[in-house]
Amino acid sequence: MGAMEAVVLTIITASTPLLIAAIGELVVERSGVLNLGVEGMMVVGAVCAFAAAYTTGSPWIGVLAGVLSGVGMSVLFGFLTQTLVTNQVASGLSLTLLGLGLSGLIGEGFTGLPGVKMTAIEIPALTEIPFIGPVLFGQDPLVYVSFMLVAAVAYVLTRTRIGLIIRAVGGNHHSAHALGYNVIAVRYGCIMFGGACAGLAGAYLSLSYTPQWIENMTAGRGWIALALVVFATWVPFRVLIGAYLFGTIWIMGLYVQGMGVGIPSQFLSALPYLVTIAALVVISGNRLLTKVNTPACIGQSFVPDR
Amino acid sequence: MSLVLEKRAEQSKAMAYLSPLLAVALTLLAGAVIFGLQGFNPARALYVYFLEPVTTWWSIEELIVKAAPLVLIGVGLAVCFRANVWNIGAEGQLTVGALVGSAVPILMPEFQQFPVLIVILIVGALGGALYGAIPALLKTRFGANEILTSLMLVYVAQLTLDWFVRGPWRDPQGFNFPKSVSFEGWQLLPTLGDGRVHIGAGLAVIAVIVLFVVMGKSLKGFEIRVIGTAPRAGEFAGFSARRIVWFCFLLSGALAGLAGICEVAGPSGHLQPAISPGYGFTAIIVAFLGRLNPFGVLVAGLMLGISYLGGEAAQIDLGVSDKTAQVFHGILLFFILSCDTLILYRVRWVPGVGRQPHGHQSQAQREA
Repeated sequence: MGAMEAVVLTIITASTPLLIAAIGELVVERSGVLNLGVEGMMVVGAVCAFAAAYTTGSPWIGVLAGVLSGVGMSVLFGFLTQTLVTNQVASGLSLTLLGLGLSGLIGEGFTGLPGVKMTAIEIPALTEIPFIGPVLFGQDPLVYVSFMLVAAVAYVLTRTRIGLIIRAVGGNHHSAHALGYNVIAVRYGCIMFGGACAGLAGAYLSLSYTPQWIENMTAGRGWIALALVVFATWVPFRVLIGAYLFGTIWIMGLYVQGMGVGIPSQFLSALPYLVTIAALVVISGNRLLTKVNTPACIGQSFVPDR
Repeated sequence: MSLVLEKRAEQSKAMAYLSPLLAVALTLLAGAVIFGLQGFNPARALYVYFLEPVTTWWSIEELIVKAAPLVLIGVGLAVCFRANVWNIGAEGQLTVGALVGSAVPILMPEFQQFPVLIVILIVGALGGALYGAIPALLKTRFGANEILTSLMLVYVAQLTLDWFVRGPWRDPQGFNFPKSVSFEGWQLLPTLGDGRVHIGAGLAVIAVIVLFVVMGKSLKGFEIRVIGTAPRAGEFAGFSARRIVWFCFLLSGALAGLAGICEVAGPSGHLQPAISPGYGFTAIIVAFLGRLNPFGVLVAGLMLGISYLGGEAAQIDLGVSDKTAQVFHGILLFFILSCDTLILYRVRWVPGVGRQPHGHQSQAQREA
């Protein structure tokens, strides 16, 4: 395997969790809900996936556990923000705080244990093609899932009736309600989809990216996923571009560090966070880009009985 | 069966006081369940966690030491959240305050007279305020979401601190440990008697009183409350939302920075990679538990201080995981937010209307 191939492969593994988490949050935000708990759901997904895979020996049961735990966390958020109409920002934060604590507690017995790595799908003849082979055909299954998710979300949001309803609920919940749509139910559904994606992204981290459990192993990726949705101006295919851009920067930092350039490692590690800030500034400063697709009702609670 | 919210004609005064208490009670209940699940005796664990810390003078002192930064940061965040300004990066402002404030004793070790203490504290607060100014600038100038920018800056601040204590500011006589030289004499905060309580606690109380007056009696406080609850009304009245963003970030940043430098020049006495067990994040809970009211924050800070102390005690006495405290904090914030719903709404279980669209139901009510 050439050096270039290795770089591309690591970029894919670094981008995939960002992509999965961000595409889920995009759907949530398109329905008018801001869930700041992505980091919390992701880290719980990671620890549950690791624990389940370690105990059963099957990475797929791990994936399932990760997804389900993400959904469970998101239902908690949905109950608070949709049923009890609490402040979404504060509720999302509490989800993250709870998730970080809970994952530490669950993961205590699993630190330092050898993980169960998800095996890559290898199509015998195709993977032998130089460069293109391993990059296109030798990935682990969740990488393909991430691309399918983007395509599916893009299709559903823009080409189907369900997508239209989701966008209507996010654009103007009073009108959607007047038309007879159950705003709360639609938002619950979207929140749970977001939770499933965050859990899956966490599962990818602890089963494939680094197949072990390390406390706080999400390292702010959930927050970066949130920023990616803004960066993509709520358009699914732009999330794909954004996630790979960030993944590339993340990996470049590691490679430069490895080459022993005289820049302290701490500053290279800070790079993804600084780039996130820069990206937010550039996109937010451009009102033309943000205005078009920003869900008008984002972050606002809806009480039907009024 | 379905849960239906009914808007109250006016805010419930009783619930405004009861909801934080209810939230704490529910958290304790959840705590008992968690301890039970882990195989501990719930009653004993809850006692060690929440009551034992206030039974001896030694631990009460320790409690004040832990509560001081929580109150200092929490009272600033309460002002932010009142104005709907979401500063989530207090942990970063704390870190930079500690780092910048430490520059004085580390770079000028000979400066040992009394004024150095004042200089250290002011520089620390300024450092925090400047770091808080970054999200404020990005928000007001470019419209960048302050939640995400302030949070990203936490990671940047912690990595920068890490570089300083492992690199240029590492104590040459420190056996290669990542720590700075130890502060001495007037570089350290004076303590109360021989104990551990330092003047940081006094500063926290002063901050509470000052902000209570500012929020309740001054025009600035009124502006903040108006912009927070009804931004459009505020703009019609000529209040500038941008200036409120600046005010909130500079104020809360300065207080977080002050808390940071008080940690370094107080209990720890030197700079190290980890200066706070997440005070900046816990202070968010403190602000909400205190109902965004300065005196409420003071009480809430003491309560969460107990959970830190109890967490340490329970780890030593019973072998309870130190992660449990963080779980409690998350659960507590959940319950606070849920219970606050009771101030504005009545919650009712209505059997059998789960599938019926809510629109029909309100129509039926109007007819009745």
